[in-house]
Amino acid sequence: MNGDASLEQLRREGRVVIVGASLAGLRAAETLREKGFAGSLTMIGDEPYEPYDRPPLSKQVLLGMAGADRTALPRRRALDATWRLGVPATGLDMAAGRVRLADGDEVPYDRLLIATGVRARPWPHAAEAELDGVFVLRTRDDGAALARRLAERPKRVLVIGAGFTGSEIASACRERGLAVTVAERAAAPLVGALGGVVGAVAAELQREHGVDLRCGVMVTALEGDATGRVRAAHLSDGSSVETDVVIVSLGATRNTEWLAGSGLGAGPRGIACDAGCRAFDIRGIVTDDIYVAGDVARSPHALFGYQFLSLEHWGNAVSQAETAAHNMLSASSDRLPHLWMPAFWSSQFGVNIKSVGVPTLGTEIVVSQGSLADRRFVGVYGYQGRVIGAVAFDHARWLPFYQELIETTVPFPPPFPTVDRRPEGRRPVDADFPDPSVPTHGPTVTLSGYSPADRRMTFTPAH
Amino acid sequence: MRLVVDLNRCQGYAQCAFLAPDVFAMHGEEGLLYTPEADEAQREKLAQAAAACPVQAILVDAVDPPAEAVSGER
Ligand SMILES: Cc1cc2nc3c(=O)[nH]c(=O)nc-3n(C[C@H](O)[C@H](O)[C@H](O)COP(=O)(O)OP(=O)(O)OC[C@H]3O[C@@H](n4cnc5c(N)ncnc54)[C@H](O)[C@@H]3O)c2cc1C
Ligand code: SF4
Repeated sequence: MNGDASLEQLRREGRVVIVGASLAGLRAAETLREKGFAGSLTMIGDEPYEPYDRPPLSKQVLLGMAGADRTALPRRRALDATWRLGVPATGLDMAAGRVRLADGDEVPYDRLLIATGVRARPWPHAAEAELDGVFVLRTRDDGAALARRLAERPKRVLVIGAGFTGSEIASACRERGLAVTVAERAAAPLVGALGGVVGAVAAELQREHGVDLRCGVMVTALEGDATGRVRAAHLSDGSSVETDVVIVSLGATRNTEWLAGSGLGAGPRGIACDAGCRAFDIRGIVTDDIYVAGDVARSPHALFGYQFLSLEHWGNAVSQAETAAHNMLSASSDRLPHLWMPAFWSSQFGVNIKSVGVPTLGTEIVVSQGSLADRRFVGVYGYQGRVIGAVAFDHARWLPFYQELIETTVPFPPPFPTVDRRPEGRRPVDADFPDPSVPTHGPTVTLSGYSPADRRMTFTPAH
Repeated sequence: MRLVVDLNRCQGYAQCAFLAPDVFAMHGEEGLLYTPEADEAQREKLAQAAAACPVQAILVDAVDPPAEAVSGER
């Protein structure tokens, strides 16, 4: 059969299977239908819920504005899909083109999309993690359980790890008038994602809002009472914190274990795919029928030296899903690269934080607008003499401008005369990212070199 | 009605908060908080807000829930 005819047949009566029924999976499915895919569509998800949105879990849900069971994602269109929810995929047979499910079923595919995302990294000591009052926050169930516990007005909440999620949780707790301690191994909150200069601003924000912020410390042990409820945490500086709710926010682990032994290039760093979202096998050869999108993917980006990038960002999941779906149904010459400009937002302590590009690549930072002291500013990151990323604190409207600087590879420091330049903005300083080999709360952007295989990585646990 | 705002796109113009204050509220100087599932009574206002958003960041359900049979759900 020639290529056109087989693609036509795929569109008419092919079988597409999507594993991971969340943001990326849903948007990919909608895009397939939008592009005229008329064959069978199967959505496999281990959570028993239809696709829901996660960002509200650390914001609206913890603030008590919305129930965790009321964050289902709106649909762009009807899907006419077969949903297999509440059952995980447990294996992949690439040669036969089948996905194995935990209930013993096997689902054959002509095209497979893997969008299994990440899960919260649990507290490393299993017995302590089991204590009543110890939480992580990734799923709807996590959100519901935590919101319920916060409504009981605990005496003190301890957040372990001050990345975006941990900081947002601390912010929501303070807004509800709860006492909060945050313990962070690095020198300041958000340093893994934004570096030490911006991290220092985040630290001030937390303290100003009444957070008992402890940086440069590790939690060494959680202690329970006789009934199995957490009651204290012990820190590496010898101090301890009395607490009845502990939220472990130590970053995420990729959901790739189910692919072990399948021959796909999947590992702890995610699943490597080409710029067109096609997965690599472990030999570094790109597959024709397996695609990847969302948090679980690592994909090369033309603007950032074609290094593999993992982006745990909402906008990336949507964009990569759309591109993967398009490419699944397209001849090679019609395929599109996933060229999405990395971007994310976070709201905490009343400040709207937004970023474009890849700050974590930056070695230097210059404050181009506003001022750090006012907590209203734009910081521009430079790497090898070019603008590589930007972050805005309550300055979001300016970001499209900085996005253009990144897209057009403008030199760093940026040559324009700034409108409101203050002394601190006159020259770039070290962006002060921590040594990447020392694990912190986990940056949500990870650069992972050029190898499509993932066999040499060793993971150093944070604790 | 389910909704989601693409907050990468949102520029904090607050038109939505003005047109559908029971669904959207500004939080801090330019942050936006919204109710991800709005009451049926908000349908009209929500549609106005989505149409008025200058950057078209608001996505409202195109399908009434329950959208379709979700087999295997619990
Ligand atoms: C609390 C919180 C706040 C966030 N806030 C922001 C924010 O402010 N801004 C931002 O840009 N991003 C934010 N994010 C990140 C954003 O939610 C993610 O980038 C997005 O959910 C990624 O979508 P995904 O579909 O790739 O993966 P996921 O949403 O992780 O979905 C993967 C799905 O696959 C399922 N799955 C896993 N393994 C299997 C298997 N073997 N078989 C079947 N199903 C499986 C999982 O259970 C899950 O349902 C936040 C995330 C969290 C948790
Ligand atoms: S109208 Fe649009 S841009 Fe303005 S705050 Fe609402 S969602 Fe954001």
